[in-house]
Amino acid sequence: MNQPAAVVFVPRDSTALSLGADEVAAAIVSTAAQRGIAIRLVRNGSRGMCFLEPLIEVETAQGRVAYGPVGAADVAGLFDAGFLQGQAHRLCHGPTEAIAYLEKQTRLTFARAGKTDPLSLDDYLAHSGYAGLLRALTLSPEAIVAEVLDSGLRGRGGAAFPAGIKWQTVLAAKASQKYVVCNADEGDSGTFSDRMVMENDPFLLIEGMTIAAIATGASRGYIYVRSEYPHAITALHAAIAAARKARYLGADIQGSGHAFEIEVRMGAGSYVCGEETAMLESLEGKRGIVRAKPPVPALVGLFGAPTVINNVITLASVPVILERGFAAYKREGVDRSRGTLPVQLAGNVKQGGLVEVPFGISLRTLLLDFGGGTASGRPMRAVQVGGPLGAYLDSSQFDTPLDYEAFAAIGAVLGHGGIVVFDDSVDMARQARYAMEFCAIESCGKCTPCRIGSTRGVEVIDRMQKGDRPLEQENLLRELCDTMVYGSLCAMGAMTPYPVLSALDKFPEDFAPRPMRDAA
Amino acid sequence: MDQIIDLTRLDEILAEHASTPGGLLPILHAVQKTWGHVPPATVPAIAARLNLSRAEVHGVITYYHHFRDKPGGKTLIQMCRAEACQARGCDALIAHATKTVGCGLHETNGDGSVTLEPVYCLGHCATGPNIQVGEKLYGRMTPSRFDEIVMQSVRPGLEFA
Repeated sequence: MNQPAAVVFVPRDSTALSLGADEVAAAIVSTAAQRGIAIRLVRNGSRGMCFLEPLIEVETAQGRVAYGPVGAADVAGLFDAGFLQGQAHRLCHGPTEAIAYLEKQTRLTFARAGKTDPLSLDDYLAHSGYAGLLRALTLSPEAIVAEVLDSGLRGRGGAAFPAGIKWQTVLAAKASQKYVVCNADEGDSGTFSDRMVMENDPFLLIEGMTIAAIATGASRGYIYVRSEYPHAITALHAAIAAARKARYLGADIQGSGHAFEIEVRMGAGSYVCGEETAMLESLEGKRGIVRAKPPVPALVGLFGAPTVINNVITLASVPVILERGFAAYKREGVDRSRGTLPVQLAGNVKQGGLVEVPFGISLRTLLLDFGGGTASGRPMRAVQVGGPLGAYLDSSQFDTPLDYEAFAAIGAVLGHGGIVVFDDSVDMARQARYAMEFCAIESCGKCTPCRIGSTRGVEVIDRMQKGDRPLEQENLLRELCDTMVYGSLCAMGAMTPYPVLSALDKFPEDFAPRPMRDAA
Repeated sequence: MDQIIDLTRLDEILAEHASTPGGLLPILHAVQKTWGHVPPATVPAIAARLNLSRAEVHGVITYYHHFRDKPGGKTLIQMCRAEACQARGCDALIAHATKTVGCGLHETNGDGSVTLEPVYCLGHCATGPNIQVGEKLYGRMTPSRFDEIVMQSVRPGLEFA
């Protein structure tokens, strides 16, 4: 019998691995062998529907059909049900691309993720990979920078600075050596979009960096990846080697005469190294201590040379802008927030995962339509947007549109697009205390408001809770936050007050002295 | 307690990174990968090779949470205690884990089988609470699964030791 082998996809993404994807893959292979069925197993990327992971797919005449979350114990039953032909099963979700969670998204940056084998350059090329670079090679550096500038792309790491202006500054700088540094130190809790690009579509980041290098005249690039992401590091090493072999990196990129090399550097567990100047210090082999600006890194950056520093998602958004032109990207979004944002729904949410949407849709749409409410089924009490330095929002703010300025107007930040959901069991005073504690643990120690203020902040909140002159403590806490906001050198100290004060303002009842609350 | 260090291996690591600009972090990672920690005895050679003072190298080792200058337990268990895992119950899980294992965070238990460390985000924030045991990640962790994992991957190691 010479039936073509059925193609089964099991993600290699590390979220899927953390939920047993390797065990599922092994069970599929051994069950197929036992039953004498020919299969071809592809370790694809993740579709970003974390709540369904491990999400496996099979190739059928009607396209790919999805099953999830699959455990190794479900595999025999899936074979019995005929999943290789896309047959019904209690874990079946029908055709993958018709799943509402995916279908309602606007995937530009994550267009390929989950469809391909992330480490296959052939797959990448077959899914319009490197089309952006090939167009960039026909343009002058000025024209590439103009595309990025006109697309309205702003830094997706959190600061939302226009990417094109950075590039323009580096392009205009006169120097024999320039660098492109990719900030992949994605330390914010509730965020994983950088990790997902690196693990599930690593060539995309390499392509974006290569375009940045050609646009600005840089010949060396670094990707600074946090040590908590070993799978991303492995994927990047493999992809860089494959790209070099096919002359998409190296001394003469696709015969253009441009040279560009990328080195992956592993961080070492310091949150503040996600701050761009601390990251440069770390890349130079030093303690990750924040530098004073100016000079800006675009002029005096890595080893003193002009340096483009962009976050993973920013760089990964560049290829599609070059491929389709700035106007196509700019068409998505609102006002000064153009294009799409890969949002990450996290924490106590029923349907957590990666949701790439155009700017402008409301937080409520994300939390309810995509997220489906809390995982615990209890009422949603607070969400924290933008990582550990982002404000806590209550339900009265859920109609805020996804827009940098709209978030700034309510004293919040979009940051890197992470949204952490809490149900009504959350103790907001504890969250505020944790924000100060985290700042104390992670402060680089260079400036006093951050280094000392964070420790004093923990103490003041503790005294409030003990009922030790609580009103006085509250005033002290507000004054302390004021000092941190205006006196800190970088966002670590300057933004820790966001979660603290938003918790205090929105949920004052949680800060009442403990003895009183316990009696109530 | 001075540890005997295989200086040949250290020389190899240093030679491998001789031309790496700003190569101290890659060197420390390689050293920690080899010995499980950064033995203080390696510091003078690293400093000399990079033309740094020993204090500068010590400063870098102590700055970064990832580097340890003392050996840890046989198995390192990292437990996420950041916001997304808090929202999914990591505090209760950590409290349980410290009882099962018999030590607190940042500590090694009595028989040296486990070191427990907090970690601030492993990047799987929709499916927490997350932990990492050695190199292996586990999501949607519960106290009973934690106990199972400790039984499976830590106890057999104990018999071996």
